[in-house]
Amino acid sequence: MSGKKKIRIMDHELVPKHEVVPKEEAIKILKELGVTPQQLPLLRASDPVAREIGAKPGDVVRIIRNSPTAGKIVIYRFVIAG
Amino acid sequence: MMKEEKFIGAIKFGILSPDLIRKMSATAIVTSEVYDENGLPVEGGVMDPRLGVIEPGQRCATCGNTLARCPGHFGHLELARPVIHIGFVKHIYDLLRATCRKCGHLKIPKDEIDKYLNLYERLKDKWPQLARSLSEFVKRKAIKNMECPHCHAKQYKIRLEKPTTFIEEGPLGRLWPNKIFNWLDQIPSDHLRLLGYDPNFSHPKWMIIRVLPVPPICVRPSILLETGIRSEDDLTHKLVDIVRTNEKLRESIASGAPEVIVEDLWELLQYHITTYIDNEVPGVPPARRRSGMPLRTLAQRLKGKEGRFRGNLSGKRVDFSARTVISPDPYISINEVGVPIEIAKTVTVPVRVTPWNIDEIRKYVLNGPNKYPGANYVIDPTGRRIDLRFIRDLKAVAESLKPGYVVERHLIDGDIVLFNRQPSLHRMSIMGHIVRVLPGRTFRLHLAVCPPYNADFDGDEMNLHVPQNIEARAEAKTLLLVQEHILSPRYGGPIIGGIQDYISGAYLLSSKVTLLTQDQVSDLLASINYDGEIPEPAVLSPKRVWTGKQIISLLLPENFNFSKEAKISSGVLKCTDEECFWDSYLVVKKGKLLLGVLDKAAIGAQQPESMLHFLVREYGNAFGKEFMDRAFKLFLRFIEMRGFTMALTDIMIPEQAYEEIKEVVEEAKKEIEELIKMYREGKLESMPGRTLEETLEIKILDVLSKARDKAGERAVKYLDPFNNVFIMAKTGARGSALNITQMTAMLGQQSVRGQRISRGYRGRTLPHFKRGDIGPEARGFVASSFVKGLSPIEMFFHAAGGREGLVDTAVRTSQSGYMQRRLINSLIDLVVEYDGTVRSAYGELVQFRYGEDGVDPKNTSFGKAVNVERIIEKHVGWKK
Ligand SMILES: [Mg+2]
Ligand SMILES: [Zn+2]
Ligand SMILES: [Zn+2]
Ligand SMILES: [Zn+2]
Repeated sequence: MSGKKKIRIMDHELVPKHEVVPKEEAIKILKELGVTPQQLPLLRASDPVAREIGAKPGDVVRIIRNSPTAGKIVIYRFVIAG
Repeated sequence: MMKEEKFIGAIKFGILSPDLIRKMSATAIVTSEVYDENGLPVEGGVMDPRLGVIEPGQRCATCGNTLARCPGHFGHLELARPVIHIGFVKHIYDLLRATCRKCGHLKIPKDEIDKYLNLYERLKDKWPQLARSLSEFVKRKAIKNMECPHCHAKQYKIRLEKPTTFIEEGPLGRLWPNKIFNWLDQIPSDHLRLLGYDPNFSHPKWMIIRVLPVPPICVRPSILLETGIRSEDDLTHKLVDIVRTNEKLRESIASGAPEVIVEDLWELLQYHITTYIDNEVPGVPPARRRSGMPLRTLAQRLKGKEGRFRGNLSGKRVDFSARTVISPDPYISINEVGVPIEIAKTVTVPVRVTPWNIDEIRKYVLNGPNKYPGANYVIDPTGRRIDLRFIRDLKAVAESLKPGYVVERHLIDGDIVLFNRQPSLHRMSIMGHIVRVLPGRTFRLHLAVCPPYNADFDGDEMNLHVPQNIEARAEAKTLLLVQEHILSPRYGGPIIGGIQDYISGAYLLSSKVTLLTQDQVSDLLASINYDGEIPEPAVLSPKRVWTGKQIISLLLPENFNFSKEAKISSGVLKCTDEECFWDSYLVVKKGKLLLGVLDKAAIGAQQPESMLHFLVREYGNAFGKEFMDRAFKLFLRFIEMRGFTMALTDIMIPEQAYEEIKEVVEEAKKEIEELIKMYREGKLESMPGRTLEETLEIKILDVLSKARDKAGERAVKYLDPFNNVFIMAKTGARGSALNITQMTAMLGQQSVRGQRISRGYRGRTLPHFKRGDIGPEARGFVASSFVKGLSPIEMFFHAAGGREGLVDTAVRTSQSGYMQRRLINSLIDLVVEYDGTVRSAYGELVQFRYGEDGVDPKNTSFGKAVNVERIIEKHVGWKK
């Protein structure tokens, strides 16, 4: 066992669930919302979670997180370079 | 003909070049003469008619339009010698130092320039901020170089003698503007680009003025004084000075005058043009009018609070508005506002004449502008305005009215207006009110709408705006009307509701002991114009009397069920039993107020989940308004009948009570002495995370606050728990238990920043105490009550504590005001779209669902979208 122990940030309870949305589904979602990808909230490819789930610029990421008003809420972010 | 539509794609700012100035000029200014002997403007003078129309009816010599349509036209003045533009002095100074005096190249080696230019071009569009710092860096580097890397000429130090004199400490000496022009003209375009200039749109050589644009007359209009003398605008005065000096300068150059004289005139021209642009340049004596007033020249027109930007563009003033002091009127509806006749005669509503209203409008026109209700203007279908103030024969005007005319009539009862009190922090700061024209000189306001405006009547003023078209009126009526704002979006609950005497009155009327005779019932119900049935009296013998609860029930909907603990349910009156003996549990079944009293928790403003809240929520805003109008009038009528006042005797306690309070204080003092002794002997144990000193302070504060409470209890024991002061405190109408304690028993510990008062002198608060005394009295404990009076020392401590409160409010308002500004500026364009998403003006998604749950807090009960308990109670409550 080496001294380095990798911490998986996704396991932390304050990190909500992130997942890359498949292309076809992403197109459908964008159409439903009536937005261009750039009009979604953005997520940098260098974001630790984005790296963890392997999101590449151009991907749409689904985030499911807890909400004080709605219990659970699904939101989408568009991954950009940087 | 179709109008061509044009869109502004972008705006590019630059410096006007002499060519452009000549091109946009309607005429050259060639003479300092302004008017000839007939008083007509001289051609080629600064009031040349080609600069635009000034008198109505005339046609423009340049564009052929009349006054209304002529935009005004620039002229130009060719300067005999160039001068420096005061706004660009710093740029000129930097450029002179950064470039070579001989070849004009940037004093950086060629390869470096290429490298930086390459980097600059790449940064320019994506990171303009970085590009700017690169330019700055390059400039600083070039300034340091005292030898030109291109032509190897030696460079000299250049001095700027404020405001506009440049001197080279070398062979060139004084750098006159023409020399500077040649210098700047030499700089290669690429080098300028690297320094951040766009040579095509803002070449630095244009910072030297050779041709001066002369603004159109309409931006510097002359005014005709009552004496018939024409008074010119400050700018015109300044322009005349410039033209005259320029003339003289040209003449002396032409006549071959000695260079000294020419230079003197040149400097004078520089001075006039400098003050023409900015009359507040440091080091330049401001140009003044004969009266000694400094002239308001170009920069002064733009700058400051009353300048073009803050005064005219961001701060708009409007017509059809009024402002005056507000005063209360419990007899009008919450939807109404009382408007003084004087204001009603000044602000008007435009009404289009139709066959159906022509008779009514004729009456207004007949009354004219001075008799209420009248009209101030008649506008005929051609758009001509007839000012009724100057019409002798109103009858003829009234006769001439036909459908299609518009009449600006006085404000009358039933008109809708917008009413506003600053600071406008939330949307309820501007609400729609229905006009009630009343005598007097103040706006009248129902007391229940004080909370949303945060208004009181200690001299507050409010603004009133009259919407001028049907769309605005419809919007005001459906969206802005007061009743639509009873429930606040800030929290689920009514922000409009009972305050002060309404609550006392409601409590007294609903109290068990209130029994009303037939006369009293009639009086009460007459006050609200009640025209329904009167129920059977609760007591038939020996006298027919009604309970207050019976009367209140007349105003409740028949199927209304409600139960809740009352506000008075606390202390000995605390009870959650539906059949509480003390009446401290409110029960309404099938629209009958059966048990409990009405108090702040039932009808108060800003009380979520109250009886008032559910009445409005379940029966609608219109019902809520109706209920408040009637019930509140009823409560006031009752409190008037019964009489309600506060007397000194309500808070006076017998001598014996003072003895008891003294005992309490002595006890506390002894306890504190003990604590201090323990602390001094080192026996005091510190609390976790606290130092010993902090522990001592906390313990002392604790003992003292307990002492105050105990003293309060002892004192209150001697008071009638149903006197008016207690009624106000317990029902929540006004004041608190602490206020009563402070009036009767003692003020207790005064504090600054949550600590006992400890500063002032070295080691003590006042010279009356020994150094190091940390006993209660020496640190701001006030054992006296307001009734008994404070000793001078106590009074000082009380003032010290009171000051903190004042400073706090002053600081908080300014801080929260600034925070509000920033919040509003960032949220202003966000919109909840029809699909429930929140988006910015560019269509960017901000929230995927408004508030994440898509719920309007206005329609919730205390934030909950669905209140199951309330639904059950609403339907089956009466069975319970
Ligand atoms: Mg006030
Ligand atoms: Zn014109
Ligand atoms: Zn050179
Ligand atoms: Zn009880």
